[in-house]
Amino acid sequence: MSAAFVQEPSTEELPARRPLDQDWRKLLSYGLLLALVMVFVALTNMPVNLDRRMLIEPIFSMGYLSLFWLPAVFGLVVCREPVLAGMPSYAKGSREVLAGSLVGLIGGAGLSMLTFLLDNFNLREPLVNWSPQLLELLSFRQDTAFGIAIWLPIGLVLGTFGGLAHLFSATTRRVLSWAFVSVITFAVFETVILDLSEGFAWLGAEWVVDELYFIRGGLTMHGAAVLAVAGGLFAAFGRDRAHRAKESFQALEGTSRTRANAIGLLVVAAALVILPLFLGGITNELLANVGLFVLLALGLNIVVGLAGILDLGYVAFFAIGGYTAGILTTTNRGESWPDWMPQFYWGTALVFVVILAALAGLFIGAPVIRMRGDYLAIVTLGFGEIIRLLFLSDWLGGYTGAAQGVTNIGGVQVFGLATVKGTDPRAVFYLVLFFCAIAIYVSWRLERSRLGRAWMAIREDESVAEAMGINTVNAKLMAFVVGAVLASFSGAILAAKVGSVFPNSFIILVSIVILVVVIVGGMGNIAGVIVGSVVLIGILGGPRQPGLLQEFSEYKLLIYGVLLIWMMLKRPEGLVPNVRRTRELHQDEYLQDAWLRGEIDTDSEHTDDSHSNGNTGVLPA
Amino acid sequence: MPPPVTAENSKLNRRLGVDTFLTFMRVVMSTFVILGLLMFIGQQINPDNFVASRINSDATGLTAAQFEGLVISGLSQGAMYGLIALGYSMVYGVLGFINFAHGEVFMVGAMTGMITSNKLDESGAWESNFLLSLLFVLVIAIICSTLTAIIMERVAYRPLRGSPRLIPLITSIGVSFFIQNVSVVLLGPGAKSYPTLPDWLSKKRELFGFVTIEGTRLMVLVVAAISMVALWYLVERTKIGKAMRAVAEDKEIASLMGINVNRTIVTTFAVGGAMAGVAGILWGLLFRSVVHTTGFLPGIKAFSAAVVGGIGNMGGAMAGGITLGSAESVAPLILLEPWGIDGVSQLKDAVAFLVLIFVLLVKPTGLFGERLSTEDRA
Amino acid sequence: MGRIRKLLLLLAALALFAVACGDDDETTTAGDDGEMMDHLGDGSLGTITVEAGAEVQIRSLNALTGDVALFGLPIHRAIEIAVDDYGDIHGFSVSLGQGLDDLCSSDGGQAAAQTIVADEQIAGVVGTSCSGAAVAAAPLISEAGIVMISGGNTSPSLTSDLAGTAGENYNEGYYRTAHNDLYQGRAMALFVFNDLGLTTAAAIHDGDPYTQGLAQAFVDAYEEIGGEITGFAGIAKGDTDMVPVLTEIAAASPQALFFPIFQPEGNFIAAQAPGVAGLADTQLLAADGLLVDGYLALAETEGMYFSGPDARFGENVNQSTGKSAVDFTSAYESLHGEAPTSPFWGHGYDATAMLLDAIKAASYVDGDGNLVIDKAGVREHLDGLTGYNGLIGLINCDDFGDCGSQKVTVIHHLDSNDFEGSVANVVFEYAPS
Repeated sequence: MSAAFVQEPSTEELPARRPLDQDWRKLLSYGLLLALVMVFVALTNMPVNLDRRMLIEPIFSMGYLSLFWLPAVFGLVVCREPVLAGMPSYAKGSREVLAGSLVGLIGGAGLSMLTFLLDNFNLREPLVNWSPQLLELLSFRQDTAFGIAIWLPIGLVLGTFGGLAHLFSATTRRVLSWAFVSVITFAVFETVILDLSEGFAWLGAEWVVDELYFIRGGLTMHGAAVLAVAGGLFAAFGRDRAHRAKESFQALEGTSRTRANAIGLLVVAAALVILPLFLGGITNELLANVGLFVLLALGLNIVVGLAGILDLGYVAFFAIGGYTAGILTTTNRGESWPDWMPQFYWGTALVFVVILAALAGLFIGAPVIRMRGDYLAIVTLGFGEIIRLLFLSDWLGGYTGAAQGVTNIGGVQVFGLATVKGTDPRAVFYLVLFFCAIAIYVSWRLERSRLGRAWMAIREDESVAEAMGINTVNAKLMAFVVGAVLASFSGAILAAKVGSVFPNSFIILVSIVILVVVIVGGMGNIAGVIVGSVVLIGILGGPRQPGLLQEFSEYKLLIYGVLLIWMMLKRPEGLVPNVRRTRELHQDEYLQDAWLRGEIDTDSEHTDDSHSNGNTGVLPA
Repeated sequence: MPPPVTAENSKLNRRLGVDTFLTFMRVVMSTFVILGLLMFIGQQINPDNFVASRINSDATGLTAAQFEGLVISGLSQGAMYGLIALGYSMVYGVLGFINFAHGEVFMVGAMTGMITSNKLDESGAWESNFLLSLLFVLVIAIICSTLTAIIMERVAYRPLRGSPRLIPLITSIGVSFFIQNVSVVLLGPGAKSYPTLPDWLSKKRELFGFVTIEGTRLMVLVVAAISMVALWYLVERTKIGKAMRAVAEDKEIASLMGINVNRTIVTTFAVGGAMAGVAGILWGLLFRSVVHTTGFLPGIKAFSAAVVGGIGNMGGAMAGGITLGSAESVAPLILLEPWGIDGVSQLKDAVAFLVLIFVLLVKPTGLFGERLSTEDRA
Repeated sequence: MGRIRKLLLLLAALALFAVACGDDDETTTAGDDGEMMDHLGDGSLGTITVEAGAEVQIRSLNALTGDVALFGLPIHRAIEIAVDDYGDIHGFSVSLGQGLDDLCSSDGGQAAAQTIVADEQIAGVVGTSCSGAAVAAAPLISEAGIVMISGGNTSPSLTSDLAGTAGENYNEGYYRTAHNDLYQGRAMALFVFNDLGLTTAAAIHDGDPYTQGLAQAFVDAYEEIGGEITGFAGIAKGDTDMVPVLTEIAAASPQALFFPIFQPEGNFIAAQAPGVAGLADTQLLAADGLLVDGYLALAETEGMYFSGPDARFGENVNQSTGKSAVDFTSAYESLHGEAPTSPFWGHGYDATAMLLDAIKAASYVDGDGNLVIDKAGVREHLDGLTGYNGLIGLINCDDFGDCGSQKVTVIHHLDSNDFEGSVANVVFEYAPS
């Protein structure tokens, strides 16, 4: 965790402040916020739900982890101050530790209070998780007085620990955080590691895994110790080498850089082609699901990320792809279809899928193309709902199966050699991989094409783009069409993979989740979109797909919401930022930095941000 | 003889392609509406007329009482959309962005109302002193939804003022998601009921001798009207309202004039939140059930209503709400049913969105929208 | 195009290779050296060996999140209670692991099933809650040679049409204790037409596969016995204003209105129907989705009829665990602080007990102290199951996995303050031979 908070050394350092020289107001507000967040987490029942999942057998469960990380992080964050280049900053000392402890203490007091209230009042009526189990967990299965008392020292210790992190040297901090992170990672991702170990059994992986994990789940004590040491050692010695390799790569220029890039790409591609052979069913299934969302997100990335059109009804194209492929390839078609209509191969059906999706893109795109961004968002959202309601309606039920959906969809026939369907996740993953490769190639080429540049111009300023002679209407329509086709691929694969399509797979939520994926990953960046899908869909899970952390499925959407807000506030460019987009989003900071460096003459440069506050509406006059 | 193809011309022609398509859509939609209406009238005159017997063989037409019921239910639903739409419209007027999460403010109002009224019901006050408890519930709900709106503005939107247009919009989607799911994890996913209302409120009564209306629906209409008047007074006749209008016109100049822009924006959010709180209670009393998704679709529809009425215009928001509510209620039966479409009620939401699309196609500024400079259409 | 084809071929070859690689695992034969205890099964589907000290693994796959959690969660909790009540199998304790979520959708069901079949220790699954999830999950479970028993699926396509034809989504190894929709639809139709003597009826569903299927089954059965269906309408989940749909139905003034949907939409229909001109005298009918405490407590639902599985669980005792329905509900309430929110908990409980019974019958302890489960034996036990006493009544499995007690009852709800009384007020029973 704390690896992210490593601060750059400042140019000048003032002596540490006295311990009591605190910003008391900030301290109090952080402490209260911590107490609030901890009480909230407790009341979401997360500790109780996750308690059964042991991380280190028999001492530490995920339930307690969900509470314990908070005071440490708050204790660390409370004393973080922006370090400005060229500005003096204070050295860290006992003041920081004290602040951390106090914040942790207030947070702990919050849980003590909750424990007390749980014991004495019954608020189960509105708060469903106000349960004896929660009380039991909060009082560590002892009596209540113990629970009330123990949370104060726990908060204090964890907060102090967070504060102490300021004092450690960079290396110590790195070693500690790596040791911690590697234990947690191995414990949390137990399922997938076990699954992986089966594929690599010939390397003796099963033996390692048996040693590492307890038979009924969770790391063994010695396993955890080994992992911690390994992580720490890597941080102390191995990481420098990795760092140097990265730097030498970045130092490359011109053709050698391109060549290095190409080699890297080839290695990744080869790994992706070979790896699934060694992966178990769970991982392959997971990756196939991730791949479906990569396809969707790449499509939406073109619409939102490149062309800047906020399409909230994107799921419509996913649905159209799924239903078209499903209806054309099923053995059990709705009774309204004429008898002479043949049952198509999936490959043939794909042609119709593409045509229909492109037409739908044009049809939905045309009416909204001239609308302003926010109207467009709502209208496309409306279209998304309309399409789903049509598939669900009894009116078209003879064609679409209405609520009963389309079932008995055949798999994908590969030249009569094999049929790819859901029972074999590995084959499905290869299929998805193939289409993802196409989508990545298309996105990559488009981004660098004339059309791609037109999209980016429109995103940045539509009127200017128009004035520069770009046919904005056509360019935007093209964005819709390309996005629609990519989404329809995903839908068609989904139909073949699952073997059935139901209207409830295509709710608004899907559009929003895809949007979150694109934004968290990094709008306008192919690598970002892929990272976003892997991180969100792979780990947390999609709207109808379980992720690695199945325990979190109840909190998935909540976490999505928090992530979306957090990313927008703190890092709107996403995890893997696109250079140009970042510059757009942080224009002020760039200008400020440039000004600090003396590159800009203040008199001639002024930032005009009034355009985005566009005061359009009028209250009645 | 065709004109020589120049870059200029070909561009013009391509433009025309989209416009032709849009004109075509306008014509098709209007024709559909007009023909549907004509067929409905035909059906009412004689359910077995030759058109109906061919297109919609099981046509029966509606009785006057049924039609009246439809209109009243549409009006009361629409009045609630209107109350929520006011919040959208005001925030849009002042900040120029859609607060997607405004529907959740409404949900928070309905939820707190549910919790307070059930607690009152347990203690017996709900039955013994209904009016006072209702007032208490209303006040609590207004306070909670106002607080939600204010916190939302402070935490999520204020730091983003001045960033590109889509950023706060996307953030507000996140906020909406967040609030919904907080409700799920804290209060559970199930639907929760309001306590039973006293008979004198829920029973049907005759009005002016010819309209029968349920007491709750009547109350919705009355409260909506009162709220509208109060809001009008606030915006038009008070100093705060003047400040709001000034900030809507031009933030910078307003602040030069000594208006505290931040405070005015917070006030706007607060007033919108209070309106949503009132709508939440009305919703709870009318339908007596609330879930975490209660705010989502009504919120989107209320926004559609604000757009239909002309965004930024408060009278328009209410008018748009009532238009949308009635259309949603009446149109499936009088416009779709005569076409022989089965299960038209399933398409109710689709109709609401089609109304939005239709209005935007025909009159992009909304029914009562006046000003939309070209710059803002970008 | 040629290049793409080559690539495809390559991929296909790789995929085939992968398939070939993946198949040759786990053919552990029953330990012949051990004292072969008497057990079912011929080993044709392979065996599962549970090492001494480990646990027998089964999984619960139900809707735990989303709108349907209200329906799936009680089933999941019932499974947990049943596993606790059941105790050991030949001295081995039983583990449910983490509850899996079918997300009430086919994609969710498939992904969850994939995680189940990837773990070769898992001997059986209790789930899914939603038929849509089962459609995608059953093929995988079936192929892995294990069984799934659902306490919540009712779609005829998963088993049979009750006339000897397998449904289009039937798979070997699929069983359920919930009744087939066709029984319930027919029961309600017979009751309305014969007992109530009403000749016109309409139905409303909410677009859920379950409610739509049940409404359709009712409509088909009603028309078959001579009734007239005047309307078949749908609403959307989340709708609150039911006046439009009720007006649509009211246009033809049916004598009965069947709406087998859930809360809260069911509340709105019951509350708003009497106010719509033309429906004032219409008899309202609903099904098990609304047969819950919170719904019957509404004053406006008095006088309604509800079809559903025979919910007079009171005197029934599960023969494997020896617990009665009363024991169950008190255990449930003390654990979760509320009464079950759907009537299918009994089905989930019995399904679990049946599965564990089947595992017990098909397993033995070998010479090394390991438990060996014969997968084919588990199916054999369930295929031949007759006369099993469960919480839901007498259970007999037919050839297509329908094991429900198949007794559908209609109750008349008279007093909104007396849930138990109403549930016991059975006015019609339908129990096909």
